[in-house]
Amino acid sequence: MGRVGGSCAIAAMLAAGALFPASAAPPERLEPCLACHGTEGQSETPEVPSLGAQRSPYTLIQLFMFREGLRVAEPMTALAKEFSDQDLQSTADFIATLPPPSPPADPGEAARMEQGRALAEQHRCNVCHRADFSGQDSVPRLADQREDYLLKTLREYKSGARHAYDATMAEVLQPVGDAQIVELAYYLAHTR
Amino acid sequence: MTSILSRSRTLLFAVAGLLAAPWAVPAQQAPTAQPAPAAQPQTPPPWAQGRPDTEGAAKLAPVVPPPIAAAADKLPVSQLKVPKNFNIEVYAGGMANARSLRIGEKGTVFVSTRLLDKIYAVVDKDGKREVKTLVSGLYRPNGIALHDGTLYIAELNKVSKIDNVEARLDNPPKPILIYDDLPSDEPHGWKFLTVGPDNKLYFNVGAPCNVCVPSSAHAQIRRINLDGSGAEVVARGTRQIVGMDWHPVLKQLYFTENQRDWLSEDLPQDKLNRLTHPGQDNFGFPYCGGGNVPDPQFGWGHSCDEFTKPIALLGPHSAPLGMRFYTGNMFPREYHNAIFIARHGSWNKTTKIGGDIVVAKLNADGTVKSIEPFITGFLVNNNYIGRPVDIELMKDGSILISDDWNGAVYRVTYGSPRVSMRR
Repeated sequence: MGRVGGSCAIAAMLAAGALFPASAAPPERLEPCLACHGTEGQSETPEVPSLGAQRSPYTLIQLFMFREGLRVAEPMTALAKEFSDQDLQSTADFIATLPPPSPPADPGEAARMEQGRALAEQHRCNVCHRADFSGQDSVPRLADQREDYLLKTLREYKSGARHAYDATMAEVLQPVGDAQIVELAYYLAHTR
Repeated sequence: MTSILSRSRTLLFAVAGLLAAPWAVPAQQAPTAQPAPAAQPQTPPPWAQGRPDTEGAAKLAPVVPPPIAAAADKLPVSQLKVPKNFNIEVYAGGMANARSLRIGEKGTVFVSTRLLDKIYAVVDKDGKREVKTLVSGLYRPNGIALHDGTLYIAELNKVSKIDNVEARLDNPPKPILIYDDLPSDEPHGWKFLTVGPDNKLYFNVGAPCNVCVPSSAHAQIRRINLDGSGAEVVARGTRQIVGMDWHPVLKQLYFTENQRDWLSEDLPQDKLNRLTHPGQDNFGFPYCGGGNVPDPQFGWGHSCDEFTKPIALLGPHSAPLGMRFYTGNMFPREYHNAIFIARHGSWNKTTKIGGDIVVAKLNADGTVKSIEPFITGFLVNNNYIGRPVDIELMKDGSILISDDWNGAVYRVTYGSPRVSMRR
């Protein structure tokens, strides 16, 4: 799970080395982050999530977990290492102001979209993540997230490869099979 | 005031109901648990029963505590309400996700975490409290217990120990593994740990789901010897337990038990249980919820009468966690051998309940006489300003309460504040 982002990750590491310890305003400090995650809230990097309009309490938890080594995904652990609690908070707050990712041009196959919608309701994804999947509080935004990232993340929650902050996703995914995970990722990536 | 009174009445009603007609379900509550046969096409499948589709219901989501402790000046202690002549103060803060509490012979307060990887130790030096991280790198280390100077730690899938821990606070060794024959499921994988009068370690293995038929290794209380040998199952049919303690006279194990989500706003109720037949008692999960509601999905072919009943109902989704018998000398006599119970508070309910400490007073035979609020105020305008987790008794008879939302521990004393501060 460690290698993501390829050359953009290396660029981010180098940029981070040049920037830290930084006293600059959050946007400048976050340049290395946005190199992979996209400057406009939309990631063009395989398996790297779009961050636009992500919920600040969720991002704070993830950054904290990277810093503490509770969630492992290089280069995030190295990048978050020098962040103070205040840095984590201001970064999370800034990320929430990025524009939400755009829906893909392809609207999604109607039958798969309907199947995905039914699955999302069956497992109550739409309750915690809200009906438009914009998230709330520590529950992340999912709408128009990269499909490859959603698929990878759901599989990692299901297998336990990704240690979540709490057990909610493991519990929700307990009765969900891989074929259903594929459909959920497709639906959420295309939802608009 | 009104809400405290009405909550009090609800609780008293629940207890009274149990005493008068122990297993009767109040008529107005029963229909929720009656599903129609699945064959009818218009009938929603089991997962959809009670599925919220209203605007209010769309806000239901687990309440996740922040990973960073609240600053000292942000702790809500002045908003917490205590009974007359009681006082509450901050004992120590800065301990993100503070969970289970244990106190050593020398007065060290050990504080576990569930979502972080740490156990903290709080040392009191002439009234100044120093918080240090005793151990890091643990996984879901919610359960801690002390016995003969040894700290036992229950993580998600193992139990370990640190001998003579209070002499080694500044340079603690790595915990020594004593038991790991445990499943690794995340749902309800965190544990509560206690040592019984038989000098054995008792802990729960939760159900790996909201509701499901558990394996023979799940949904139970186990006990092991202090060296990890001799594992036995002493109770079954328990969904998730995050608080246990021993009756000081009867020496029986009492525990809180959290019931399933998504059945309805008002059912099933979380429970206070008593283990009277170790190895034989089954508390009903997943067949019967709250001691009186057949599960609409799994309850078919079963009756709630097959299972060991709760001794009190603690409110739907209210999440009763830590509980301790009060055996101290500071509080008035009416609290002697009563149980303080921390209700962490609901998330799976539109109008939240809990976020308080209630006190259960018992009859001589160990049954529940009354339940009433003791400390309230963690829940303000349907939002938590703190969430109580565990309770521990100090040598002087005061009690400590942990708050995993703010990462703090509070201390409750009785009598003139000036006197209690000097103790």
